[in-house]
Amino acid sequence: MVGTLSWISTIVQGVLLGGLYALFAMSQSLIFGVMRLTNTAHGDFIILAAFAVFSVAVAIGLPPAAAPWLALILMLPIAFGAGYGLQRLVLNRVVGRDPLPSLVVTFGLAIVIENLLQEIYTADPRSIESGGLNVASLSIAAGLSIGTLPLLTFAIAVGIAAGMQWLSGRTALGRAFRAVSDDRDAAQLMGLDHRHVYALATGIAFMLVAIAGALHGLKTTFAPADGPALLLYGFEAVIIGGMGSFYGTLLGGIILGVTQVIGFRFDPGWGIWLGHIVFLGMLLLRPTGFFAKTR
Amino acid sequence: MTLLATRQLESYYGDFQVLFGVDFDIAAGEVVALIGANGAGKSTFLKTICGVLGARRDAVTLEGQPVGGLPPVEIVRRGIAMVPEGRRLFSSLSAEENLLMGACARREGPWTLDAIYRLFPLLAEKRRAPAATLSGGQQQMVAIGRALMSNPRLLLCDELSLGLAPIVVKQIYDALPAICDGGMTAVIVEQDVATAQRVSSRLYCLQEGRVTLTGASRVLTREQISQAYFGV
Repeated sequence: MVGTLSWISTIVQGVLLGGLYALFAMSQSLIFGVMRLTNTAHGDFIILAAFAVFSVAVAIGLPPAAAPWLALILMLPIAFGAGYGLQRLVLNRVVGRDPLPSLVVTFGLAIVIENLLQEIYTADPRSIESGGLNVASLSIAAGLSIGTLPLLTFAIAVGIAAGMQWLSGRTALGRAFRAVSDDRDAAQLMGLDHRHVYALATGIAFMLVAIAGALHGLKTTFAPADGPALLLYGFEAVIIGGMGSFYGTLLGGIILGVTQVIGFRFDPGWGIWLGHIVFLGMLLLRPTGFFAKTR
Repeated sequence: MTLLATRQLESYYGDFQVLFGVDFDIAAGEVVALIGANGAGKSTFLKTICGVLGARRDAVTLEGQPVGGLPPVEIVRRGIAMVPEGRRLFSSLSAEENLLMGACARREGPWTLDAIYRLFPLLAEKRRAPAATLSGGQQQMVAIGRALMSNPRLLLCDELSLGLAPIVVKQIYDALPAICDGGMTAVIVEQDVATAQRVSSRLYCLQEGRVTLTGASRVLTREQISQAYFGV
């Protein structure tokens, strides 16, 4: 009985962890779905967002229970603007059939961001003050309790997946995203300015990055060099779930989270590794992922 | 009144010249056909008007205004819509969503979703079907409807009969009078000469990027057209 309960607890933890990974991956899923662009700096942007929310929360000066959330809300429009601007000024020049220019440019961005963060904040790990939220827990059954922050993160991830699916399927903007993704030239013939549509997608993606960064920073410590690891988790979640489908990305994150937590249970060194094994297995057996909509 | 005119229009794919000084006129309300063999430059001509390919600013005029080389987004806003060769529907969108995409240019006019469904009743049943599952004829109807949704003044139709069975082609072209009734101007690019002659009032024949024949459709003879078409 104790054994079963502890396994259930492990799986539940894994599912909730998967919510955070899914959040990392949502923006990648959006950008890759719309414009087939792989952003090597993705993880670094999440860390940048975490640092930004950290600084703004400190500057606001409100109690830690409220400060980070207010900081995040303030950051959202800034994130949108940054994403829109980056796409129009830089990334629109490298979107195209050849994946190499975008990989190289975003790799350069990653290096710039990492070193900039290092200059400003030093290499010391930071954490966003959460006022105890990061250790709070809820007891949901006899002997079974789950963390409040992971639960909140998971709920936000589900909400965002649903929201993005709604945006994609039921709004004019979502139609524009799908049309531009299917056939950019035909979309131009309809009067769609693809440069603007791409930039809107990146703007929205950066808002998702800000949310992911804030939740990550509340949960754990972060440092300027942490970006690549987050990129990898997000990338794995997107691949496992299938590109272009937001519920698929959510599922991919959950599978990754559960795999990692099960791995950790056996040995602290095995958690991340088991996640990579499942990812590689996925690439071998079903490269398009479970719910792929984008080829 | 001349709606669209090209003067000495040249067009290139990179360094490769395809059109060599094409002069073309179409008046408001006319249906003009453009015929020619494969590779004659018919689609290139339409693409140049649409802004997909570049041109000198004054080589193409719309109601007297120079519009050559403007980006496609601008051209659509000014009232020129293209039914592309091979349909080019958005495959992950439904039929109705494809039609809605045509309205992105937000031009006012009689062509609404309901009007399109009255024109092509078959589409109303298939409105939610993914575009990729439609038959060739249905896809062509969606492509035409999509172009009409931008309420253009000038409709460019690139090879409507491409890949379609003759009976389906007839269905499509039977809808043309209904489209043009409201004063729509149309350029019809066609490989099928008989159809082109039947549906248009005037026609141009292109051969290797040059206009080799132009005249009233019903008046031109088979010999004249063969000579102009093949250049023998």
